[in-house]
Amino acid sequence: MSAEGLIVAALGVPALGALAIAACGRRPDLRETVTLATATGLLWCVLSLLGPVLGGAQPQLSLVEMLPGIAISFRIEPLGMLFALVASTLWIVNSLYSIGYMRANREPRQTRFYVCFALALACTIGIAFSANLLTLYLFYEALTLITYPLVTHHGGEEARRGGRLYLGVLLGTSIVLLLPAIVITWSVAGTLEFARGGILGGGLSNAAMGGLLALYMFGIGKAALMPFHRWLPAAMVAPTPVSALLHAVAVVKAGVFSVVKVIVYVFGVDRIAGLASVDWLPVVAGFTIIAASIVALRADNLKRRLAYSTVSQLSYVVLSASLLAPLSIMGAALHIAAHAVSKITLFFAAGAIYTASHKTEVSQLDGIGRRMPWTMGAFAVGAMSLIGVPPAVGFVSKWFIFQGAAASGHHLLMVVLGVSALLNAAYFLPILYAAFFRLPPEGAAHGEAPLPMVLALCATAALTVGLFFYPQIPLALARQLAGI
Amino acid sequence: MIGGHLPALQVVVPLLAAPLMLLVRRGIFAWLLAVAVSWTALAIALALAFTVRESGPISYAIGNWPPPWGIEYRVDALNSFVLVLVSLVAAIVAPYARASVAAELPRDQHYLFFTMYSLCLAGLLGITITGDAFNLFVFLEISSLSTYVLIALGRNRRALLAAYQYLVLGTIGATFYIIGVGLLYLMTGTLNLADLAQRLREVHEIRPVLAALAFITAGVGLKLALFPLHFWLPNAYTYAPSAITAFLAASATKVSVYVLLRFYFLVFGVPLVFGRLAMAEVLIALSVIAVVSASLVAVFQRDLKRMFAYSSVAQIGYVTLGMGLANQAGLTGAVVHLFNHGLTKGAIFLLLGGVALRVGATGLQRVAGLGRTMPLTSFGIVLGGMSLIGIPGTAGFISKWHLVLGAIEHGYWSLVALIVASSLIALAYVWRFVETAYFRVPESSAATRNEAPASMLIPAWIMVGGCVYFGIDTGYVLDGARHAVEFLLGGVR
Repeated sequence: MSAEGLIVAALGVPALGALAIAACGRRPDLRETVTLATATGLLWCVLSLLGPVLGGAQPQLSLVEMLPGIAISFRIEPLGMLFALVASTLWIVNSLYSIGYMRANREPRQTRFYVCFALALACTIGIAFSANLLTLYLFYEALTLITYPLVTHHGGEEARRGGRLYLGVLLGTSIVLLLPAIVITWSVAGTLEFARGGILGGGLSNAAMGGLLALYMFGIGKAALMPFHRWLPAAMVAPTPVSALLHAVAVVKAGVFSVVKVIVYVFGVDRIAGLASVDWLPVVAGFTIIAASIVALRADNLKRRLAYSTVSQLSYVVLSASLLAPLSIMGAALHIAAHAVSKITLFFAAGAIYTASHKTEVSQLDGIGRRMPWTMGAFAVGAMSLIGVPPAVGFVSKWFIFQGAAASGHHLLMVVLGVSALLNAAYFLPILYAAFFRLPPEGAAHGEAPLPMVLALCATAALTVGLFFYPQIPLALARQLAGI
Repeated sequence: MIGGHLPALQVVVPLLAAPLMLLVRRGIFAWLLAVAVSWTALAIALALAFTVRESGPISYAIGNWPPPWGIEYRVDALNSFVLVLVSLVAAIVAPYARASVAAELPRDQHYLFFTMYSLCLAGLLGITITGDAFNLFVFLEISSLSTYVLIALGRNRRALLAAYQYLVLGTIGATFYIIGVGLLYLMTGTLNLADLAQRLREVHEIRPVLAALAFITAGVGLKLALFPLHFWLPNAYTYAPSAITAFLAASATKVSVYVLLRFYFLVFGVPLVFGRLAMAEVLIALSVIAVVSASLVAVFQRDLKRMFAYSSVAQIGYVTLGMGLANQAGLTGAVVHLFNHGLTKGAIFLLLGGVALRVGATGLQRVAGLGRTMPLTSFGIVLGGMSLIGIPGTAGFISKWHLVLGAIEHGYWSLVALIVASSLIALAYVWRFVETAYFRVPESSAATRNEAPASMLIPAWIMVGGCVYFGIDTGYVLDGARHAVEFLLGGVR
C-alpha cells in the first residue's frame, strides 16, 4: 500500500472499527473481537509507516481545504510517529485489559464504551500525524469531546461533575487561549504548516513571542500545566481502562506532544533560545512537577495519586522541551514513550486491584502483594520506572533530560529533577512496602484479577523493562526529531 | 427564453402559488405546492448564483421599464448568496412542515399555513432580489404581515400576544425604514438603490442623509433583532409553530442583515458610514453586548425554544460584529455566519419541532432522558450546539475563525477575548441540554424509544449534516462569501 493509503488507513481503521463495533453491539464476543482486530489493524498500519519514517521520509497527505490556504493535511514526522506507535501499541494491550475489566465489573453501556474508545484512537492518530496547527486543533478538540462520554461513563452525579470540570477546563483553555494563539500565528506567519526551525520568523517582538508562547502552553490544557491541571484528577471518575489508555497515554500525551510540536515546529528552538521572555516556562513546569508530586504524596485514593503523578510527569516533558537543548528535546520525546508504558502499567494494576478486591484507597492495600503477586510486581516495575531506576525505561528518558539540563546550564532545574525523583519514591514506595511487607487483613480472600487483565499488565511491565534494553526505535525517532 | 426571466420568476412563483392555495383550500394540495414552489425557488436561486459567478451581476427591468425609472431586480454576488440561503432553508423546511403542521394546527388551517408560508417566502426573496428601495419596503411588508399570521397560528394562546408584540414593533421598524427611504428620495429624487448610491455622492446637504441613515438603521435593526431592538424575537420564536420558528430563525433575520449590509456598504458607502460616522464603534459595542448578554440570558432559560431564541440574538450579534469590523476577514465572517448560523439554527429548531411533537413541550424539565427516547434528535441538537459553540469541524468554527482574524487585524485584543469567551457561554447553555438529555432519567417511567417521524428527521438531519459538512469542506460557501465581500468592499462604483 502507498504511504498515502496507509495514512488514510491509519485514520480510517479505528473510525470504521467504531462503526463495526456499534453494529455488533448485541453480541459482546463479536464486538470485542472486532475491537481487538481494529487495534491490530491500526498497529499494522502504523508499523508499515515506521520503516519509511526511520529511513528519513516524511509521508504526507492533503485532504480538503478547510479554510482558504489551510487544508486538513497530514505529514508523519519522527515525533508523530513515536506518539502514534505508543498509542497504537498500547491500544491492543488496553483492549485486552478492557475486556477483562468491563466484564468482571459488569459495567453498563459497554458498546458505547468501545465505540468511543475506537473514535478516540482515530482522533489521537489524527493529532499525531497532523501537518499543520489547524488539523491538530481539529482532532485535539474532537478528542476532548469523544472522551467526554467515557469520562462520564457511570452517569451518576459524581461523573457529571467530573465531566463538567473535564470539559470546562479542556474546552475553556483550547477555545480561549489556544484558538487565538493559532489565529495570531496565521495572521503573523501566513502559514500554519509545521516546519523545522519554526514559522514565525521575525514577525513578532520578543515580548510578543513570550505572550504567544504563554497562550500556547496554557491553551494546550491537555498538557496539564498548573493551574490548568484539575481536569485530570476529575477524569478519574471514568472506568480504569479509560484512565489507563486515555488519561495516561492518548489524551495527556496529545497535550505534551502538541507542546513539543509547537516549540520545535512553530516557534523553532533556535528562534526562542536565550529569549528572556520565554524564561518563565521552565519555572512553571518545574513548579508543576514539585507541586503535583506533593499533592500526590497526600492523596489516599490510588487513582488520584496516579493522576497527580501524571500531572507531575507531564511537566517533565514540558520542562525538557522548554530547555531548548537538542538532548533535552530528545529526552522530552523519549519521556512521552517512557511515561506512557510505565503509567499504563500502574493504572492497569490499580484497576486489577479494584476488580479483584474492590479496594480503591492506598491505606487499604496492606499485604495485597501476597494475594496479587503479578499485579503488584508489575506495579513495582512501573513505579521504579517513574522514579527513574534502571533497568526500566524511565531511566533512559530521565538520563537525557538530565543531560540536557546540564548542557544548557540549568543547575537549579537539575535540583528540581532530583527532588522530584525523591518525591516520586516517597509516594510510590510506601505502596509497595504496604503491599509486600505488611500483613493482609483477616478474611478478605481473593486472588488475582481475571486473566486478560493480568496478561495486559504483565505485557506493559515487560515493555517497560524491554525498552530499557532495546530503546533503538524510540531513540532513533527522538534523534531525528532533535536533529542529532 | 425563460432563462432571461429567472429574476422575476424567483419572486413570482411563490407569490402566485399563494392565491392558488387559497382557492383550492386543500391542506395536502397546499403542502405539495409549497414543496414544489420552494424547490423551484432553490433551483432558480442556484441558477442565478451560477450565472452571476460566470458573467457578473444581472439586471432585470420589471415590465421592461428601464431603471432607474422602472423597478429593477438586480442579482449580484451578495444577494445571490442570500437567495440561495433563503430558498435552501425553505426547500428543507417545506417537506418537514407537513407532519409538524398536522400535529400543531387544526385541519382547516393547514392550507392557510402554507399560503402564508409561500407569501413569506416570496416576501423574503423579493427583499433580497429587488434593486429598488420602495419595492423593498413592499416586500418587507409582505413578509412581515405573513410572518405575523404564521406566528399567531402557534397552538399556545400566548402566540397571539407574541404575534401582536412583533406586529407593533415590526410596523414601527417598517415605518422607520420608509421614512428613511422618503428622506433619501427627497434628497436624490430616485429610489433605485444603485442610482441612489451614485446620486448620494453629489448631495452636499448631508443632514437629511444622516437622518435617513439613522431611520433605516433603527428600522432594519428592529427586523434583524439588533440589540437592544430584539425584544420581539424570543417570544415570537418560542410560540410560533415549530416549522415557522426554524424557517424564520434561518432566513428572516438573515435577510434583514443583508438589507443593512446593502445600505451601509453599497448605498451610503463606507466613507460616510464608517468614516464620517462612528457606526463601526456603535455596531461593535451593540454586538458585543448582544453576544454576551443574550448568551447569558440563554443559560438561564427553562424552555429550549426560548433558550435557542436568545442564542439567536447572540449569534446575530456575531454577524453585526463582523459587519462593524468592516474588513475583509470580519465581513467574510459576517456573511459566512449568515449562512452557517441559518443552517445551524434551522437544524436545531427543526429537531425541537420533533421534540414538541413527541414530548408535547420543549421545557428543559420535559426533555430529561431525551438521549434515550429520541437518540437521533438529541444527538442532532448536540451537533448543532457544537456549531453554535464553534467547535472545529462544524460550520460555526469557520465563522468564528474569520471574526477572530478580523478583530486581530484591527488589533482589538479585548474583542478577541470577548469573542472566544462568549463561546464558553454557548458551551454552558448547550451543556445544560446535554446533561438534561443524557444524564437525567425520563420523567415518565415509560421511557421507550419514540423518535420523531422520518419526514421530520430527514430534513432536520440534512441541515445537521450541513452544519458538519460546511465546517470541513468550506469551498463553496467561503467562495460565495468571498465574492460577496469583495463586491461589498468594492463599494460604490
